[in-house]
Amino acid sequence: MSAPALAPPGGEDHVISVRGLVNRFGTQVVHDGVDIDIRRGEVIGIIGGSGAGKSVLMRSILGLQRFQAGRVWWFGQEVATLADEQRRSLERRVGVMFQDGALFSSLNVLENVMVPLKEHTRLDEHFIADLARMKIALVGLPPDAADKFPEQLSGGMRKRAGLARSLALDPEVVFFDEPTSGLDPIGAAAFDELVATLHEALHITVILITHDLDSVYRICERVAVLADSRVIALDTPEKVQVMDHPWIRQCFQGPRARMAYTQAQTLKSAATTP
Amino acid sequence: MVIAEFERLESEDGYVLRLKGDWTVAGLPAIEERTRDLHARERPVRIDASELARLDTAGALLLVQRWLGAQPWPPMEHLRPADRDLLELVGERMASPRPKKRRVYGLLPLAERAGIAAENATRQFLLLVGFGGQTLLTFLAILVGKRKLRWTSAVHHMERAGLDAVPIVCLLSFLVGAVVAFLGATVLADFGAQVFTVELVSFSFMREFGVLLTAIMIAGRSGSAYTAEIGMMRAREEIDAIRSLGMDPIELLVVPRVIALVTVLPVLSFLAVLSGILGGALVGSTELGISPGLFLARMQETAELRHFVVGLVKAPVFAVLIALVGCLEGLKVRASAESVGRHTTSSVVQAIFLVILLDALFAIVFMELDV
Ligand SMILES: Nc1ncnc2c1ncn2[C@@H]1O[C@H](COP(=O)(O)OP(=O)(O)OP(=O)(O)O)[C@@H](O)[C@H]1O
Ligand SMILES: [Mg+2]
Repeated sequence: MSAPALAPPGGEDHVISVRGLVNRFGTQVVHDGVDIDIRRGEVIGIIGGSGAGKSVLMRSILGLQRFQAGRVWWFGQEVATLADEQRRSLERRVGVMFQDGALFSSLNVLENVMVPLKEHTRLDEHFIADLARMKIALVGLPPDAADKFPEQLSGGMRKRAGLARSLALDPEVVFFDEPTSGLDPIGAAAFDELVATLHEALHITVILITHDLDSVYRICERVAVLADSRVIALDTPEKVQVMDHPWIRQCFQGPRARMAYTQAQTLKSAATTP
Repeated sequence: MVIAEFERLESEDGYVLRLKGDWTVAGLPAIEERTRDLHARERPVRIDASELARLDTAGALLLVQRWLGAQPWPPMEHLRPADRDLLELVGERMASPRPKKRRVYGLLPLAERAGIAAENATRQFLLLVGFGGQTLLTFLAILVGKRKLRWTSAVHHMERAGLDAVPIVCLLSFLVGAVVAFLGATVLADFGAQVFTVELVSFSFMREFGVLLTAIMIAGRSGSAYTAEIGMMRAREEIDAIRSLGMDPIELLVVPRVIALVTVLPVLSFLAVLSGILGGALVGSTELGISPGLFLARMQETAELRHFVVGLVKAPVFAVLIALVGCLEGLKVRASAESVGRHTTSSVVQAIFLVILLDALFAIVFMELDV
C-alpha cells in the first residue's frame, strides 16, 4: 500500500476523501487500497459488480463499519481524529438513503421524517410537522402517505419516504444506495429526475451507488468504478466507458449499456435544443 | 453559525423585510417562536436579502409560511438565484395545514372500547383453538405419511428448549424446594410435626411445583423465543416465501417446535421434581435435623406413585399450550419491530396465564376424582 496522501487531500473543495481503505472479511479481501475524492456539489456514481464492495465502501465512509486500514476525511477533517461532539455535528451534514428505506417500522412516514428534526433541532413541534410534510411532498409522495406506516407502502414509496427522512436536516452530502433498484423503468426515471431536481435546488452533493447505467448517464457528472478491490476508474461517464478493462468493457459495451447511452444522448440533445 | 434575524423597515406603502444571518434549521428556532402568529396576512412590499448568509428548506418554509404566502410574491432584492429556486420549490410543495383527528372521550366510547376488547379476546381464543386443530391435522398427516416430519428442526429445538434449560430449571427448583422446606419447618414446628416437612416438599413438588415451575420457565424462555423467531420471519416476508414455495409453515415451523416441547417438558419437570426434593432434603439435614436417610425412608413410606403421575401428565398438555401460543403469536406479527415486541410479551403473558388456569382446573378435576 502506498503511503497515504497528506491531510486533507484536495482541501475544502472535497466533501469526502478516502485514502488507502482496506476491508477484509476473514480471508476475503473486499477493498485493498481504495482512494476516492468527492467534490462539493457534484453528482458522482459508484458502480461495480455485485459484491464488489460498494455498500461496504459506503458503510466505511459513514463510520457504520470498522475497516482494517485507511483514512477517511469529511469536509476536510479526518474522521478518526474527531471528538464525539464534533463528529456528531458533521454527521448531521451527511444523509443516507438506505437500500430499502430503513424506515422505523413502528412510526408512520410523517413521524419518521420528524425524528431527526426533533432530535437535532430546537424547533417547535408544529413547525417540524409542517417541515416534514413539505419534505414528503418534495420527494413526490401524495399527502395521505404521511399517515401511513412503512408496511402499508409500496417499495418505491418506501424509497421516497427514506429519501424524505435523509433530507430532513438539509444535509450537504447524500448517499443513495441503489435508489432505483426494484423500481419500474418509469419510476426509476422519475426518481433520477427527482434526484437531479433536489441536487439543483438544495445544492446537495449526491453519491449514487447504483447498478443502473441509465441513472449514470442521466444524472452523474463523474463515475467511479470499483473492481479488483480498488477504484479502477474515476472520470466522466463518456471517458470511463471507453477505458480498457475487462469489467468496464463488459459493463459498458453490452447491448443494455448501448441502449442506455443512446437514450441519454437523445434526451440531452432534446433538452439543449429549444 | 449566525442565528437567523430579520428587520422590518417601514416605508410609506408598507414595509420592507430584511433577512439576516443563517436561515437554516440550526439558526431558526428563535425567530420561529417569535413569529408564530404571523400567517402571511400582512405581506411585505419588498424583500431585501443582501444580508442573508444561508437559506435551507426550513428557512424557506418559514419565510413562505409567515410572510410570503401564495404566489405572486413581492420583488426580492439581492436574492441568489439558487435560493430563489429553493423558495419556489418549497412554496410549490408546501402542504396546506390539515385538521387533526381527535380521540373522543366519555362513557359511551368507553363502553364501545370495552366491547371491542371483549370481542377481541374471544376471537383470539377461537383463533388459538383453530390453530391447535390445524396443527393437529398436520400432525395426523405426518403420522399417516402424507407430510414429512422435520427431524433436524425438531431435534435442534429439543436441544435449545430442553438441554440448554436444564441448569436454570434445576437451580430454580432446588431453591424453591429449600424455601418450601424452611417455610414448612417454621409452621410445623409449632405442632412438633417437623418431620412432615418431608411430605410437604415431596408432595408439593411431585403434584404441582415441579411441572408448574418448569412450564413457567419454558414459557418465558422458549415460548418467547418462538414468537420472536417466527415473528421476525413474518416481518421479513419469509413466511410468505415458505408458502409461495409450496411448503407449509405449520409443518415446517410449528410441528417441530410442538414436538420438541412435548418431549422435553416432561423430562425437565422430572428433573425439577428431583432438584426440588433435593433442596428440601438439604435444608432438612442441615437445619431441621432430618438426616438424608430418614428423609428418604419417610418419603418411600408416604409418597405414592399416583402423586408423581398426577404431576407429570400435565407436562405434555402445558407443552402443547406453550408451543401453540408462542407460534401463533409469532404468526400474528405484522411488519414492524414494535409488533414483534408486543406479540412476544403477549405470548409469554398468555402462556403463563393459561398454564396456571389449566393447572387450577386440573387440581379441581383430580380432587373430584380423588387421586
Ligand atoms: N459483514 C460482513 N461479513 C462478511 N462479509 C461481508 C460483510 N459485509 C459484506 N461482506 C462481503 O463483502 C463483499 C462486498 O459486499 P457489498 O455489500 O459491499 O457488495 P455490493 O458491491 O454492495 O454488492 P451489491 O451490488 O450486490 O449490493 C461481498 O462479497 C460480501 O459477501
Ligand atoms: Mg450493496
